[in-house]
Amino acid sequence: MRSSPRAEPKGTGEGKSRVGLPLLFWRPFRRRGRKEEWIAALGFLSIGLLLIVLFVIWPSIRTIWFSLFDSEGFAGVRNFARLFGDREIVDLGRFLRREPPWGALLHNFVWILVHLPVSVGLGLILAVVFSKIRSWWVGIARGAIYLGIVTPLIVGGVIIRFLFDKHAGMAPQILGALGAPTPWSAGWTAYPETALLALVIGSIWLWTGFSMVLHSAGLSTIDRELYEAAQIDGASELAQFRYITLPLLRPVTLVVAAMTFLWELKIFDIVYVATMGGPGGASNVLALEMYFSAFRELDPYRASAIATLITLFSLPVGYWFARRRLRR
Amino acid sequence: MRKRNILAKSIAIGVAIIWALPFIGIVMTALRPSREVLYGWWYPPFHLSIKNFVGAWTHPTAALGIGLRNSVQVAVGATVLPTLVASLMAYGLGRLRFPGRGPLLMLIGLLLALPQQMIAWPLFREMHAMGLLNSLTGLILAHSAWGLPWIVFFLRGYIETLPVELEEAARIDGAGRLKTFLYVIFPLMLPALASVMVLQFTWVWNDFFLALILIFDPNKMVLTQRIPLLRGQYHVDWGLLSAGALITMLVPLLVFIFLQRYFVKGLIGGAVK
Repeated sequence: MRSSPRAEPKGTGEGKSRVGLPLLFWRPFRRRGRKEEWIAALGFLSIGLLLIVLFVIWPSIRTIWFSLFDSEGFAGVRNFARLFGDREIVDLGRFLRREPPWGALLHNFVWILVHLPVSVGLGLILAVVFSKIRSWWVGIARGAIYLGIVTPLIVGGVIIRFLFDKHAGMAPQILGALGAPTPWSAGWTAYPETALLALVIGSIWLWTGFSMVLHSAGLSTIDRELYEAAQIDGASELAQFRYITLPLLRPVTLVVAAMTFLWELKIFDIVYVATMGGPGGASNVLALEMYFSAFRELDPYRASAIATLITLFSLPVGYWFARRRLRR
Repeated sequence: MRKRNILAKSIAIGVAIIWALPFIGIVMTALRPSREVLYGWWYPPFHLSIKNFVGAWTHPTAALGIGLRNSVQVAVGATVLPTLVASLMAYGLGRLRFPGRGPLLMLIGLLLALPQQMIAWPLFREMHAMGLLNSLTGLILAHSAWGLPWIVFFLRGYIETLPVELEEAARIDGAGRLKTFLYVIFPLMLPALASVMVLQFTWVWNDFFLALILIFDPNKMVLTQRIPLLRGQYHVDWGLLSAGALITMLVPLLVFIFLQRYFVKGLIGGAVK
């Protein structure tokens, strides 16, 4: 990082503090001092910082603050302890032994476990496959997948519900014709066994495009000659993928995985419109539970604890991501 | 070689069908009378009807016509304002060397990962206290502030790729910082600004959560908020809902058709670079 203040050369024109605020913008560069540099920066940054502090940072601090209290006063980490004992959040007794609800946190966890490898991997594979052939089917496939990332998630949720509807939906109708039993041949979003699965599948359908687009862009930066050299050495297509494509795309894959993780963690719209977390909480997620807690049950303390929890999960990834982008 | 191509092509065909079918289903359902699609949109007969669109547009509790107007206002405001503010910030962070710049960049970077839930409740109270609850202005401000960190990051990255020589030339000609920014940097930033605006516009348009918590006056609700309301309490009218979904998708669809290049560039620049 070349932003380290200590590494900067000392200003040459120190002591020019007579400059008024309106004047600072046309100070000649060569006479700038450190202090003036700072004031000038303030001029450029102030409006934006004001907005960010007012509507992002201050509310976040308030949320952390709220999460440490309950209706009786200071609670320390009690809210968080309560969350982990709350069946709406974590229900280890049912987890994997019975059908959902398993609690919002575990639903997010399962969601990530399934969705992350599938959508990232599928996007990678499709990007590679589509780069190899020319066919107008590729155009259609790319277009349809791409459409998923520009689709408002609220519409995405409607489409998921539609896809798995008992009467109008394709999935249950096809499975029913194949002789599948009840939850599978009925409205998926109405049964606890299938509701979460329907949402996860739908979210893969919506999000694979992100991975595909970024991986496609990454592919176009790989030097063709590497493949030609490999072909001369007799490397199979699979070996080329394994030893050239995959390692060279690794930075892209990591970024895609990080962004996907953050996306899954805060998933809200799809669930809100398709199932409302139901039936009986079987497809509830943290973000939705936070919304219910804050705006339906009017319990800002619990809601703040949930929000802080989501942030605690996202921050390490966010830190890694920010460091990576600042290091360049 | 032959076998490889056939495999790749069949993957493309399968993927094209699976990914396109849900969209085709929505279009088919929206364009046909409700009784035809009750038991699946793939069954004949096929008759064209715009009743669903009219119904969604003038729905008694969730008229999309008004929603569209509100969405346009919010999306335009929450695109122009943060883009201008962020380009100033990006110049400050990209070119000026001041103490605290590193930590400040880090802080802004961390904000990129913040979930909206983290600001929801206090923001609601703050907007209430400021009298901005239930107002499009409030929503525009919230969206602007929320979008600023990523736009600043994006634009700062872009500014650092610009040659410093141009600014030095401007300096020799006697231009100050603000002038240098306005006449040298800002015009050079236009391609990046296009990407930023397309992406931010689409995101604000698509957003549901901030609107949900800040707007509840039926006349002021944006498009995405009205979609869940189109769904009946007991009975789902798929024709109406599909038409609503298509109206809401109108803008992302236009972006998809005409501005794909900028959108993808923005995604790539925002994520990979």
